[in-house]
Amino acid sequence: MEVTLRAGTTAAGAAPAVPVPSKMSVRSLNFYYGRFHALKNVNLEIAEKRVTAFIGPSGCGKSTLLRVFNRMFELYPEQRAEGEVLMDGEDLIRSRQDVALIRAKIGMVFQKPTPFPMTIYENIAFGVRLFEKLPKAQMDERVEWALRKAALWNEVKDKLGQAGTSLSGGQQQRLCIARSIAVRPDVILFDEPCSALDPISTAKIEELIEELKQDYTVAIVTHNMQQAARVSDYTAYMYLGELMEFGETDQIFIKPRRKETEDYITGRFG
Amino acid sequence: MSTVTTGPATEDRRLPLHRRRKAVNAVALSLSLAAMAFGLFWLIWILFETIWLGVAGLSLQLFTESTPAPNVEGGGLANAIVGSLVMVLAATAVGTPIGIFAGIYLSEYGQRGWLGAVTRFINDILLSAPSIVIGLFIYAVVVARVRSFSGYAGILALALIVIPVVVRTTENMLQLIPTALREAAYALGAPKWIVIRSVTLKAAMAGVVTGVLLALARIAGETAPLLFTALSNQFFSWNLAEPMANLPVTIFKFALSPFANWQELAWAGVFLITIGVLVLNILARVVFRRRH
Repeated sequence: MEVTLRAGTTAAGAAPAVPVPSKMSVRSLNFYYGRFHALKNVNLEIAEKRVTAFIGPSGCGKSTLLRVFNRMFELYPEQRAEGEVLMDGEDLIRSRQDVALIRAKIGMVFQKPTPFPMTIYENIAFGVRLFEKLPKAQMDERVEWALRKAALWNEVKDKLGQAGTSLSGGQQQRLCIARSIAVRPDVILFDEPCSALDPISTAKIEELIEELKQDYTVAIVTHNMQQAARVSDYTAYMYLGELMEFGETDQIFIKPRRKETEDYITGRFG
Repeated sequence: MSTVTTGPATEDRRLPLHRRRKAVNAVALSLSLAAMAFGLFWLIWILFETIWLGVAGLSLQLFTESTPAPNVEGGGLANAIVGSLVMVLAATAVGTPIGIFAGIYLSEYGQRGWLGAVTRFINDILLSAPSIVIGLFIYAVVVARVRSFSGYAGILALALIVIPVVVRTTENMLQLIPTALREAAYALGAPKWIVIRSVTLKAAMAGVVTGVLLALARIAGETAPLLFTALSNQFFSWNLAEPMANLPVTIFKFALSPFANWQELAWAGVFLITIGVLVLNILARVVFRRRH
């Protein structure tokens, strides 16, 4: 499979020789589902206001890694993480801070769109109300701002009172992105955000991710290698719970250092 | 027949199995149609008989006058209708919140622990307990101690029937909500109780309401639990501390009596309950369908 890179080396090629500041650092991270060792001594840096993509075959641990970042795994008692995930120097895993405050800083968009059973407006306002008490006018502004950021405003501005579930799949996913943005996080995690969407909706989401990195640090798990090549600045290739190779996206896709990475991205394996 | 064959199969190789499958399908389909016809036959007969005999007793008096003496002109079921409405609605009002909260506990908190398992087991027993057992229980615990049949005792007995139904439907409906929806709410930083109140329960609301309506329909016709608790009352009364008239016990009493006017009223009462239960069932379906 031929991997296409953007013509003219803009975003990806412009990744500076001097590493950009790191937003999150993963240090000797191990993760267990009960006795199953799902992540094995993972170390990597997530660059601030850049897009980092995680690729690898199913079951390699890329989604697991994402779910460690916002401590989603804590909902399930048999899951456990060892090691450190630093965000701005603070360890998220052992943090004394309430997990809710950490999750407010790290938004997440899931594989399938998950609109809440309420109106479009309330879907956005729900997360905002958890931490801010805004007067009606300001809440209206925030909702509009978030919907504009998610490139959904023009499609829904006349039907904010309708159910979130009445939107199409692609619109629902952008609603979920708007919902995450509205809380004003630092980091947004995307867990295969396009796998349930058609190509046009996918293109819109990818465009959106491109824009989001101006303000946010983005991490995206994807099964689609062209997508990783298109949207990301850095790419991590994972296999069987290990981080096989990590580097600038151009380097990973043009001249991977490891044979395994090359086999995977060229479609000979996986 | 053990030759290895490759390439496309010919039609005649597929036909025998295909014919057999079609025959099996035809037999199974006729059997299930027959079963459906059997069930429908009785249901329609019951409905027809109820309407035929019930409509004869329908009049305005039915709703304005209380139960009459034997062999007297006039009289209605006003006291029984009001008594039934009061007790059924009060029992639902008492049982619904308890049932919903218990259902939430089982689904959202008690999935793993022993307390959830024990509660679920006991709830299942309560769900299948004969209603006469529940009536006798309230008789022993309340009526025998207070030394009086009362509307309160009737409400308690009916509420005990409502609770397990609502617990079960609430738990089941909450379990149908995809994990991803809960996780999406947690991912925004919502605490557990807000996730349950604003997202999970809200998404399951149509199902929960359906469960409540079906529980209502179930207790509307219960006789045994009221026979030992509210008993009956010839007179119109709002006083819940006294024995209270209600449709099922009145029907039971009147239908067994030799008096023609009582028998006619019993059929009118049966008609009212049947229509009420039918309406509740249809309502439950409408509520459920609107959301799903």
